[in-house]
Amino acid sequence: MLRKIRIVLAAIFFIAITLCFLDFTGTIHAYLGWMTKIQFLPAVLALNVGVVIALVLLTLLFGRVYCSVICPMGVLQDIISGIHNRSKKARARFAFSPAKNVLRYAFLVLFVVLMVAGLAQVASLIAPYSAFGRIASNLLQPVYIGINNYFAAVAEHYDSYAFYHFDTWLKSGISLAVAVATLVVIAVLAWRNGRSYCNTVCPVGTVLGLISRFAIFRPQIDLSKCNGCTLCSRKCKASCIDAKNHKIDYSRCVACMDCVENCAQKAISFRSIIGAKPQHHEACAQDGEKADTGRRTFLTLTSLFALGSAVKAQESKVDGGLAAIAEKKVPTRSHHITPPGSRSHRNIAQHCTACQLCISACPNGVLRPSASLDRLMQPEMSYERGYCRPECNRCSQVCPTGAIRPTDLAEKTAIQIGHAVWIPENCIVNSQGVKCGNCARHCPNGAIKMMPKDENNPESPLFPVVDAARCIGCGACEYVCPSRPFSAIYVEGNSKHQEV
Amino acid sequence: MNENNNKLSRRRFFGLMGSGAAVTAATLAGCSSEKQRSVTTLPAEVPTDKMTYRTMPGTDEKVSLLGYGMMRLPEIDKEKQEEGKNHLDQEEVNRLVDYAISHGVNYFDTSPRYCKGFSEETVGIALSRHQRSEYVVATKLSNFAPETQSFEASVQMYRQSFKNLQVDYIDYYLLHSIGELENYRTRYINNGVLDFLLKEREAGRIRYLGWSFHGSKEFFDYMLNEQPVKFDFVQIQMNYKDWEHADPVTAEYMYNELTKRNIPVVIMEPLLGGGLAKVNHKVLAMFQRVNPALTPAYWAFRFCGHFPNVLTVLSGMTYMEHLQENIRTYSPLETLSDDELAMLSRAANIITEFPEIGCTHCQYCMPCPYGLNIPAIFAHYNKCINEGTFADSPQAEDYKRNRRAFLIGYDRSVPRLRQADHCVGCEICLPKCPQHINIPQEMQKIDKYVEYLKQNPND
Repeated sequence: MLRKIRIVLAAIFFIAITLCFLDFTGTIHAYLGWMTKIQFLPAVLALNVGVVIALVLLTLLFGRVYCSVICPMGVLQDIISGIHNRSKKARARFAFSPAKNVLRYAFLVLFVVLMVAGLAQVASLIAPYSAFGRIASNLLQPVYIGINNYFAAVAEHYDSYAFYHFDTWLKSGISLAVAVATLVVIAVLAWRNGRSYCNTVCPVGTVLGLISRFAIFRPQIDLSKCNGCTLCSRKCKASCIDAKNHKIDYSRCVACMDCVENCAQKAISFRSIIGAKPQHHEACAQDGEKADTGRRTFLTLTSLFALGSAVKAQESKVDGGLAAIAEKKVPTRSHHITPPGSRSHRNIAQHCTACQLCISACPNGVLRPSASLDRLMQPEMSYERGYCRPECNRCSQVCPTGAIRPTDLAEKTAIQIGHAVWIPENCIVNSQGVKCGNCARHCPNGAIKMMPKDENNPESPLFPVVDAARCIGCGACEYVCPSRPFSAIYVEGNSKHQEV
Repeated sequence: MNENNNKLSRRRFFGLMGSGAAVTAATLAGCSSEKQRSVTTLPAEVPTDKMTYRTMPGTDEKVSLLGYGMMRLPEIDKEKQEEGKNHLDQEEVNRLVDYAISHGVNYFDTSPRYCKGFSEETVGIALSRHQRSEYVVATKLSNFAPETQSFEASVQMYRQSFKNLQVDYIDYYLLHSIGELENYRTRYINNGVLDFLLKEREAGRIRYLGWSFHGSKEFFDYMLNEQPVKFDFVQIQMNYKDWEHADPVTAEYMYNELTKRNIPVVIMEPLLGGGLAKVNHKVLAMFQRVNPALTPAYWAFRFCGHFPNVLTVLSGMTYMEHLQENIRTYSPLETLSDDELAMLSRAANIITEFPEIGCTHCQYCMPCPYGLNIPAIFAHYNKCINEGTFADSPQAEDYKRNRRAFLIGYDRSVPRLRQADHCVGCEICLPKCPQHINIPQEMQKIDKYVEYLKQNPND
């Protein structure tokens, strides 16, 4: 019964959190977004004291149910391990192994040191929630969007507006590679040994393990009923039941209730220790298998961009046809751009676990994982496919870690995340001698005005004049600029956001 | 900006409430298809020997009242099209041409520019399968681009038409789309091209020389009264809407002036680029009160044929169904009663009151150097006006649904990078539009409307 409840709850959490990463329409998050905000590490980073205390109390009461129900990475491993369980041979493939405490605490210490040292982007490689987020965002969302786009094509055929097409593209090769590697490592570990990542690598698991040792409710073996069959141990994916010695390592037990359910003698029950007899302890000197804890390191990949032919304003001799549109390239920005609400480069670097939920949620094709090593996979903005539209603040609403603080629409339009810079050589007013002014027309703050080149001749060609003080860095000008592949006006980020 | 937009849209919105979904969106399969509704209620049989003919003044030469415009020919599947190669469906064009000729159509009108420049060649292949006496062919000197305006380049374009059409004489040859004196002089007078064409007419290689017109009243008057050459025919834009409501010069004026001088009139845009084939519900109701089986296109063609000095009415027919319907309308033509003429005049008033953007999808503006798909943007906008689904204010009952339909439909019919927000306002398209649409201004209007919808989600 307890096991079934655990499975149902886990399924609800897992599906809901995954949906948060898949949904690009912004609807699901309104209902289920809170589930990402009760994740342990994001709550710690967001200084969400209430949530942290609640999770600590939950663990003190019932052990690491967090790892079995709330953590999507934990559930993902259960799913993978569960698939392996379908084969009869593998059904009882686990065996007790002693805790690898040195490795465990080394990972925890390393993680904390990296976070404090401002290397959150490296630390987050082993953080469970964000690693899962990267898998969902980089691997699952494109599939989800692909299916959606299929439905959109069908809907279009029937003149229905139930589904609409959404662009998906490779936002970052590195991020994709990290997601694939994480999934492979996690899958191999889970396939072979169940929860070895959770009990050896995961910093959240280790922290919660420190607490769950003292959990009030826990699975306990009734020695009077136990016939020593060791089935519980062979079925324990956390490898924490020393059946021979009738001992359970509660720092590693994820309260999955498998042992409770599987014991034919009903010798194991999940109950309170208050008033119970102490179990007898014996040291065990068994050597466990060596867990595969190796992690790959990644080299920067060079991104490939299709080179389109440049647009030429030439006279055509026949009617019809469409001019080729060269793809825009990302300009070199001396300061990268971070979304409104992230406050400063420092704030986002310290708080972001690179779960990429904001990137999954961005409807305008603006956010993408950074390829730069000092903020690897953390979100940054660029305006080749769209710009930071005035009616949208989704990234600030979905962020669970406080890296992007909630920002309402009025507030957002007054935050200067960067400022536009004009490059005269690229501007078609100069290079092609035509009228333009598209940047000025689309500036939401009126920061760009078209002014005559010749002060004394109002009829002379107009060029854009940027009032950097009024510019908020939304990138509308950069997006609509006809100059390709590099826009003639682009946004330089502010390392600390300002108010206009 | 928003206020303006609101005012405009509210008027349209209330005016079009309830007009409707009856018009199914025709897929764009032709060069750009002239959208007509196909009819199933007219007699199924298409007569082969009842076509109404007009006579070229001073001769006994018969021209079918229905002329075949070769500007919107069917295309092969998009996937099979290759850049720079003929994208037209020759087999289907042959079928259409054969059918037209066997049902009495004998006037075929093309140009070196039509269908990305492939129309003449395709039409030549289709027509050369018939006796030369079975058809008359019209083509044009389409020297719009500056590099084609020299004497040599223009003559080369003229000679190429003979090769493409596989003929040794051209029946009707036109100065293509003149409308302004300076431009006319550059293209035809100063370079000696008109003198050359007159000699060709004397030599019999051009049987009739004329001009097609999109321009100012002053220049129209100049062509009729001041310039010395005697032209044999003139091609004008005429339909029941442009008869009284055309800017800068009405069809009524042009037709009457030409008739006074006994110059036969060739009609183009009888459907205003398909616009009159899918009219709003008020007009539709007006037509159906007379006879529910008759389509808006039927009325439009009957109007044009009604005038006796009209030599032929050109229609760019992409689909067999359109060809059949138009053949029926003119086999034979029934002239209009005074009541019917009055009804069409009222219809024209209503259409003028709720203006679509008068784009006829002729593609003359294309390709836009900045990649916009101008006709597709207008088509989507017009569709929403026509169907009465203009999303007015967020308080309106069906705002949410109309907003979603407009925005999703916009992305479906025009890729993002080719939408109105990418119009830079360079105005290169301005002189190219024969309908004198201020394209950049309309683009900015549509962009503002889109922005308004995007920024007011109402949820």
